[in-house]
Amino acid sequence: MSDHTPPAPIADRARALETVLKKKQLVPERHTADFTHTAEEEWSAKNGAMVVAKAWKSPEYRSRLLDNGTSACAELGFEGPQGEYIVALEDTPSLHNLIVCTLCSCTAWPVLGLPPDWYKSFEYRARVVRESRTVLHEMGLDIPEDVEIRVSDTTAETRYMVLPCQPEGTEGWSEAALAALITQDVLIGVALPKTE
Amino acid sequence: MDGIHDLGGVNGFGTVEVERDTPVFHRAWEPIGYAMAFIGIRQRLFTTDEVRHAIERIEPRRYMAATYYERFVVGVASLFVEKGVITQAELEDAAGGGFPLSTPPGEGAPARDDPVHFEIGETVLVGNTHFKGHTRMPKYVRGKRGVVVHIAPPFPFASAAGHGIEAKLEPTYHVRFDAKHLWSDAAENSTVVVDLWESYLEKVET
Repeated sequence: MSDHTPPAPIADRARALETVLKKKQLVPERHTADFTHTAEEEWSAKNGAMVVAKAWKSPEYRSRLLDNGTSACAELGFEGPQGEYIVALEDTPSLHNLIVCTLCSCTAWPVLGLPPDWYKSFEYRARVVRESRTVLHEMGLDIPEDVEIRVSDTTAETRYMVLPCQPEGTEGWSEAALAALITQDVLIGVALPKTE
Repeated sequence: MDGIHDLGGVNGFGTVEVERDTPVFHRAWEPIGYAMAFIGIRQRLFTTDEVRHAIERIEPRRYMAATYYERFVVGVASLFVEKGVITQAELEDAAGGGFPLSTPPGEGAPARDDPVHFEIGETVLVGNTHFKGHTRMPKYVRGKRGVVVHIAPPFPFASAAGHGIEAKLEPTYHVRFDAKHLWSDAAENSTVVVDLWESYLEKVET
């Protein structure tokens, strides 16, 4: 066959790749199932939410997180592939951070989880660096014009997470209650923590 | 390469379609590309950068038409074939139909021999450089000036690692650009930070 032959359905091509590699004895027992479990259960934005909540509660932890994101995340047990060098981007009243990977789909898996479909879409990758305000507006977030929007494009090995400003009125909340405000969208910077 | 994947700032795309609370994988086959990539990387058959390049090398019409995880399957399968581990015929036989692979790899570029260090706060120039092979310098910053805001630890130079050739460890610099310097019609009061290997950057003549 050649490249002019119509492609088999992608499900068949994917399984064919695994089958052929299995025949070469390259695939350990349960390899894909184990990977799937890790990706679905262990790499999660719930981890990043715990990091943010702890940084809001503890000035010492916040300072460690901003100084060395990788080791501050590892303190809580969050490390692994695509988390080799983590930088937390600190929002302030005059700065709103946002993350993208224009070239592919790079994300901090251990603290953000695998990225959502929209993050990998051509629309987000193409547009958010150039027209961040419009894209955020379309996604339901309006950032005041006097607040700088800083879009970090994940083009090398640094993996980012956004450390948003703590919402007013949440002082004294437990870490668990604060963590519940932090979604994957908040960690990427396309939403703000909501208290209602 | 100035490939179809280098999408930052490209016009013509519509609104971002957001479906919230979707599963990590929608279909049982979707994890297979990632899972098989880990096998090749752990066995040192290829690097993560080579996986990225293999996906960039998918023929542009197929790249645009495929889903994310489909591109991953095609890229990883292409690498296993290129490294001589399996053949396209074996894949097509097992798939019961065609299994088009990525176009051949371009040419890698080694890092600069002599290090050039930059400081935080320094204005730097992104080289007016065109790469035949893999690069992690998006074309929207080529020849542009920005300011270093952070210095990250050394990682293998992507333009070499993407071709499995010796990749020098080099720091990467987070360089901030005014979005209006990149696109005259960019969003008001916005900046873009790009993470760039040292060899992509040059000193600004003063």
